[in-house]
Formats: sequence, C-alpha cells, structure tokens
Amino acid sequence: MKTFLAFVNKEFKHIFRDKRTLIILFGMPIVLVVLFGFAITTEINNAKIAVLDYSHDTYSQKLQHKIASSGYFDITDNLQSNSQIEGIFRKGKTKLVLVFPQDFGKDLVNNKHAKIQVITDASDPNTANILVSYLQAVFQKFSAEEGVTLQSNLDIKTRMMYNPENKSVYMFVPGVMTIILMLISAMMTSITIAREKELGTMEILLVSPLKPIVIILGKIIPYLVLSMINAITILMLGLFVFNMPMEGSYLLLFVEILLFVLASLILGLLISTVSNSQQTAMLLSLMGLMLPTILLSGFIFPISSMPDILQWISHIIPAKWFIIIIKNIMLKGTGFSAIAFETGIMVLISVVLTIMTVKKFKIRLE
Amino acid sequence: MRKIIFIVQKEFRQIFRNKMMKPILFVMPIVQLAVLAYTADFTVKNINIFIEDKDNSGLSKSLINKISTSDNFNLVEVSNSFTEGFSKVEKNEVDVILSIPEHFNRNLKSNKKTELSISADAINGTKAGISINYLQNLIVQFSQELVAKKGVKNTHSGIEIIQRDWYNPSLDYKYFMVPGVLVLLVTMIALFLSGMNIVREKEVGTIEQLNVTPIKKYQFIIGKLLPFLIIGLIEFTIGLAVALFWFKVPFLGSIGLIYIFTTVYLILILGIGMFISTVTDTQQQAMFLSWFFSVIFILMSGLLTPIESMPEWAQNITLFNPIRYYVEVIRMVMLKGSGFPSIINNFFIISGSAIFINLLAIWNYKKTS
Repeated sequence: MKTFLAFVNKEFKHIFRDKRTLIILFGMPIVLVVLFGFAITTEINNAKIAVLDYSHDTYSQKLQHKIASSGYFDITDNLQSNSQIEGIFRKGKTKLVLVFPQDFGKDLVNNKHAKIQVITDASDPNTANILVSYLQAVFQKFSAEEGVTLQSNLDIKTRMMYNPENKSVYMFVPGVMTIILMLISAMMTSITIAREKELGTMEILLVSPLKPIVIILGKIIPYLVLSMINAITILMLGLFVFNMPMEGSYLLLFVEILLFVLASLILGLLISTVSNSQQTAMLLSLMGLMLPTILLSGFIFPISSMPDILQWISHIIPAKWFIIIIKNIMLKGTGFSAIAFETGIMVLISVVLTIMTVKKFKIRLE
Repeated sequence: MRKIIFIVQKEFRQIFRNKMMKPILFVMPIVQLAVLAYTADFTVKNINIFIEDKDNSGLSKSLINKISTSDNFNLVEVSNSFTEGFSKVEKNEVDVILSIPEHFNRNLKSNKKTELSISADAINGTKAGISINYLQNLIVQFSQELVAKKGVKNTHSGIEIIQRDWYNPSLDYKYFMVPGVLVLLVTMIALFLSGMNIVREKEVGTIEQLNVTPIKKYQFIIGKLLPFLIIGLIEFTIGLAVALFWFKVPFLGSIGLIYIFTTVYLILILGIGMFISTVTDTQQQAMFLSWFFSVIFILMSGLLTPIESMPEWAQNITLFNPIRYYVEVIRMVMLKGSGFPSIINNFFIISGSAIFINLLAIWNYKKTS
C-alpha cells in the first residue's frame, strides 16, 4: 500500500510540475463547452436564398414577404433570368432559388393551383431538404390565409417532451462533455506510459518490485481525479450557464461519470501498451478516437438512421452509451432501472478493456 | 538546397523506421473515411412510434395502418393508455406518441373539429422536428383522402412545389460528407505530425545536435515541412481515389486546382503545427494544443452543422478557421465545378495565412537556448 501511494504521488508530481499542461487541461474544457454550447446548433436559420420572379404580381410579392419574415430565410438576391442561377450557386452562398412563373398570381386565384419551382443547392442535401420542408409549411399557411385551400377539420397539436423550447444545448452539452472526457482521459493515460518508454524511465519501473497491476492503477488514479474535476466543471457550466435541467439524482450521475471516465482511462492505457512512442500513442488516441466518438456516438447524427453495420459498430463505442445515460438522468430524471442495461454494457466494456490491457502489459523491454 | 534534402531524408527515415507509422498514416484514415462517411445522414429513418388509440374505430385503424406501412415509421404498439407509451419513451423504446382521441370517427364524419396530438421525445430537437414533420404530412394526406372519398371533388391543392435538386439530384448525403471527412483526416494527420515534431527533438535532446550544424533556420523549417507535405498529398490522393471510385462522388471541377489549393492549405496547417511545436516544451503540451485547435476547427467548420445558424460572433470566429475555407473550396470545386474566380477569396486568405504562420514559426524557432 505504501509503495502504491508513493507511486501515485510520483504521478501527481509529474502532472503538477508541468504548469502549461495543467492550464490546458483545465482551461480547455471550459473554453470548448462555452464555445460550442452557444455556437453549435443543427437548426437552420437565415438561409440565404435568391428569387427569380417572372410574375411580379401582388401575390408573389406577398408570398416573398411572408417567406422573408418567417425567420428561416434571408432573401439576398433578386435574379433577372434563368442564366444567372448557375452563377449564384457557384459563388457558394445561396442555398436555394425560388422561381415564380409568369402566371403565378392568376393561377392561384383562378385555378386555385399554382406552381413554384424551387431549385436547391443539393450539394448539401440535408439543408436542402429541411429548407424545402420549411417552405412547404410557409406555403400551406399562405394558401390557407388567402382562402385558396379548404381548412381541414383535423387539427394537430404537437408537444416537444423534455425540451419544450427545442433547445439544441440539451444535445450539445452532454455531447461535448462526453467528447472532452473521453479524449482527455484516453489521451492523458495513453501518453504517460509511452512517455516512460521513450524517455527510458520505464526500465526503472519494471525492475522495481511494483507489480504490473500496481503500475496500472497508479497511472490511472491521478488522471481519474483530474478527469472528475473536469467533469464537475463541465456539469456546473451546463447547469448554471446553459440552464440545463437536472431531473435525476446527482449521486447516480456521479457514479456513471466515474464509470465512463474509468473506461476511457483504461482504453488509453491499452493504447499506450501497444504503442512504442508518444507520437504513435497520440496518433492512435486522437486520430483513432476523435472522429468515431463525434460521429458514431449519436452526438450529432441519430444512430437509428445509420446503416446496420454502423449501428453494430456504435455498440462498442462507450461514448454512445454514456450520452444516453446522461440525457436520461439529467433531462428525463429516470432512475437506475431505466439505464441499468446501458450501465451494464459500460461495465462490460471496461472489464474487457482491463483484461486486454493486463494481458498486453509487458514486463520486459523489447 | 542539399542541406534541405538531407533533413528531408532524415525525417523520412525517422517516420518510417517506426513500423506502426505506416498503418497509422495510411490505413487508419482511409478506413475511417470509408466507414464514417455513412454516418452523417439527417434523413430520419426507423422512428419508433407508439399510438394511443382511444377511439378504436375503423377510421382510426385505417390511420394506424397508413402510418405503420410508411417507410419512416416503426409501429411499436397500439394501446389505449398514454402512460404506457410515456414509460416506453423513458426507456428510449419510443420516439413519438400519437394520441387519437375518443369520438375521432364520429366527429370527423359529422364535420366537427377533432384534434390529434403528437408528443415527441425532443431531447434531440432536430430529430423530433423532422419526425413530427413526417407524421404531419401523413396525417394531412390521410385527411385529404378522406375529403376526396366524401365526394367533394376539386380538392384544392394550393401552391405546388416543383423541387429541382442541383449538383446532387439523388440527394445522396455521402456526396456532401465524403469530401468533408477527407479534409478532416488530411488536416489532422498534417497537424499532429508537424505539431509533435520539433518538440520531440527537444524532449529527446537531439535538437542540440541539429542546432550545432551550420544549417539555417529557414532550411531547417523547410526540411521539416517537406516530408509532411508529401505525406499529406499522398494521403489526400488515396482519399480522393476512395471518394471517386468507391463512393462515386462526382468531380466536376479541375483536379489541378484542387491540388494547388490542397498544397497551399497543407503548408498552412503544417506551419500551425510547426508553430505549436516551437512554443511548447513537451510532446504532451504540443498534443493538447493541437487537439484543442482541431476540435474547434472541426466543430466550427460548417462540416457537421451549418455556419449560417451560428450566432454572429461565432460566425466571426469561423473566419479564422482554415478548415472552413478548405471545406468550402473542396465542395464547390468537386460538386459544383466552380473555377478559380469563385474561390479566389479563399485562396488568398489561405495562402496569406500560410506565409504568415510559417514566417512566424521560423522567427520563433531559436537555435540558441
């Protein structure tokens, strides 16, 4: 026990000696959460669109006014002819061009049926689709108001559960927290053993009477403490700066965070045991983890829409389970029983990673 | 010139002496490109729906039938208890609940107003919005069919949208995503390699040996930069081949233009890495700094979320984000066939910053300690 404490102490000294790393370590998560909490949203507002109006009648003017005041669109250009459309798309800012045909108003009043051509810049298909559905809603409202279509007897009332104001912060705070915890924990530990190897101090550790498990635990505990401090900072920012609700139990949340950080730390250790220099350790932990964590965790893109193979792969990404767990506890306030399955999987992943790490950990130099 | 070549040779040997480097540099990114390009699709499929049917009539059944046979929805259960559906939402088994009220059939047949309600799990607001939108469309269709059946002819359709999707008529999301992921991978490789390079020589102590050689500062930086530039370009070429031949992403613009821009862009990224490398003392610090910048660059590049939706100040920050300019250019040139005049702004911003940051790195690198 005493040797173990001495070892932990040594690790802490390594960390605290390097003031710059400490600043980066604690400052970075704060900057990232604040930046992304305010900046990132998947909603689309103020999309730049252009109008090509061949009709120039009151209806087309009214409709344009309606579109501009919807908040989704920003009419930036009035085109004069078809030939200008190509050019405006190539310049890259315009998302969509609306073409009113010559008889737009007449058709709408006389035949109760008018056509509008909507040309989208589908090089971003997502934005294109969402914008067209926004337009559809504006058109429907417009034609009902102008008495062109019959009002239906069927009303639809919608309710956004857990997130009535539809804030994307609810998505991004858990997501950013997961990414930061995952990467910092995995990176920090992966580089620490690789560093001892590169600088030659690993040999000293190996000839010492410390057992491999003691070395591993001693490497994990200091970083576990640091990561928990980071987690608490991010949580406080979420609660007090972004007004995230906290419906569930703090204790449960704390335990789950601990479990996730532990899994990430062990993953970092595993990476460090297979890599032979700090550079390979870093490339593996950064290149190997960053994009999969962002893209396969359900942070931005819903997993249920992905191809089956990717859905299977996403099952072994601890970040995916952790994001589900935080959202459940914080936003839905569910108890342990609702997230027992997800927790079980995280435990399983940690156990498998630990076994792999202990097996891979070599007590001899090559 | 010969001195530069020696440095280049030394760097190449150092990189490839490490057996793990080749797979990390060339296999891992390409696998990621091939896999991750499939993730980013906002088309919402497999929405799990729970229907609370209090009416239990022929009409409500035909609405349920319409929903369950549509491609986007996955009917989990029909029951008359809302709480049952709600507990399923808590367990993440259900995304949307549709409630059909009592007397749904009677009210509609007698032309009375009746109200359906949709409750969606809105933690992922975008997904919820899109799901509700799909469901509303289905219901509107259903009610129009109903009106048509009643014999009211001339159902007015109001304004009809004729949608033309340029540059990607099949609305294939991969066309959008593949060039973007390619940009990210090339950027990360270049930034991480160069960011940890000089600082490694500092940490291991070999920088002393380099400092006592008669090599000039600029020769040293150029010699360090060239190998990574070559690796970056090879990486880009492999990735581009995957994009064109595996994903069949169209390439409308000029290949030469893309390579010129990529080269300038890589010089900028490598310069940033070199600069990080000269201001830090340990590889760990360099790594954290490179990581910090790459997370910001990636999430604020407009690759995953639209820049237009960001608040004004955040949009201004993206003006300092090199990935943003490169993502714009690669998409414009590949998918739209834009020529040099359309990307001239981006070109000058990137090349200007490249010159600036590299001069800064040369200036900041001190041969004396």
